[in-house]
Amino acid sequence: MASSQPVAGELAAIKVHGTTREAFLLRATLAAGATYGALSATPYIARALAQDGGGDVDIVNYALTLEYLEATFYTMAVKQVSGLSVDEKKLARRLRDDEDAHVDALIATVKSLGGKPAAKPTFDFGKAFGDRATFLKTANTLEDTGVSAYNGAATSIQSVDVLAAAGGIVQIEARHAALIRLARDKTPAPMAFDKASEMETVLAAVKPFIKG
Amino acid sequence: MSTPSDPEGIFVTDSALRELADDPSSRKRFFKMLGGAGAVSAATVLLAACGDDNKDSGSAAAGTNTSDGDNASDLKIVNYALTLEYLEAEFYKEVLDSGAIKDPKIGDLAKRIHEHEQEHVDTLKATATSLGGKPAAKPKTKFQDVIDKGPKHILETAATVENLGAAAYLGQAGNIKSKDILAAALSIHSVEARHAAALNELVGRGFGGKGGLEGSLPDGPFAKPMDMAAVLKAVKPFIAS
Repeated sequence: MASSQPVAGELAAIKVHGTTREAFLLRATLAAGATYGALSATPYIARALAQDGGGDVDIVNYALTLEYLEATFYTMAVKQVSGLSVDEKKLARRLRDDEDAHVDALIATVKSLGGKPAAKPTFDFGKAFGDRATFLKTANTLEDTGVSAYNGAATSIQSVDVLAAAGGIVQIEARHAALIRLARDKTPAPMAFDKASEMETVLAAVKPFIKG
Repeated sequence: MSTPSDPEGIFVTDSALRELADDPSSRKRFFKMLGGAGAVSAATVLLAACGDDNKDSGSAAAGTNTSDGDNASDLKIVNYALTLEYLEAEFYKEVLDSGAIKDPKIGDLAKRIHEHEQEHVDTLKATATSLGGKPAAKPKTKFQDVIDKGPKHILETAATVENLGAAAYLGQAGNIKSKDILAAALSIHSVEARHAAALNELVGRGFGGKGGLEGSLPDGPFAKPMDMAAVLKAVKPFIAS
């Protein structure tokens, strides 16, 4: 990646750090305001940009937060949703297990980068488990949002190893999305190119589910 | 080429979510929707690649933030991806032309996937050109044997090819030097994964089939990459020498 290519890395850094990456980290820092405080945002970003792995910690913690959300969602769904077919129950359990594995892997990744794994937020899924259709529709939202979140964040990842891990997860999220869509009798792949969403968009999408 | 949006909407909360859902898959929209990290530069290179009228951004091709060596390396990867996409697009075209698929629902899916693969071909060709390279030539393919064996075998082959495609993109992600090209590759990668999961499901490798969940989600919680040599070996039976 960029860091292994001095010239390319330096040039890439101007673009990436100057606009997208810095903005990304700023938002990540502000989102983590309780930990770092708004006043410390600027030095924190400078430090993150200066260190290989510093920015990756934020990105992986962002992914971890989304995986906590999904894992909790399916854990609750498996217990609460009625009216699912045998296959749909199997699918929900499988997705729960996958999301749990993603959570574990991302926690380990943050630690391996020398960071502190994000704490698990408290979630509230409202009436999402009230019936089969609402559950599947919400699952569809979460999975499609997950794909777009990984695709959006991946280009800011510095470490090739972290990128590989993220790639291995996003492909599974995309498969989840397709299977949930099929269960809803929707087209599994609505677009020729999946979206890459900014953190801001993703956080707005999942905000209704996060209590604190 | 337009793909119907998701009229019922997959999103349950607010308009920002609806925006995510209502994305038609035209190429222009794709540039717009590359909204994540590297969005500006990704849009720039791809607009330049496609000969869009925005000449002011046209000069900032992918080469501006990579060295010549990186460009050559990325070009090789783009042409590799292009070859696979040619293969996929041609496969679905021949399948659709053959009339072998009678089930209208499966036919619709094949048609949609064909459109996606053709869009991938067009974009990758333009990307190769934007890197100052020559797009790979369309390979001579041989799918007649597969088609002659009927719908079941056709769909199984489609599933195999899509799984290969997803693994191929994943295998290259870490090798791509340009953030712009990485963004494009990732947005194709997850679409190939969606195709793969849907086809696996259709051929009974999915959670409803006797193959259990392993088919639709063949790699467990983490997808496995494949390197170029392994992928090219796997698709060799479909390429006429």
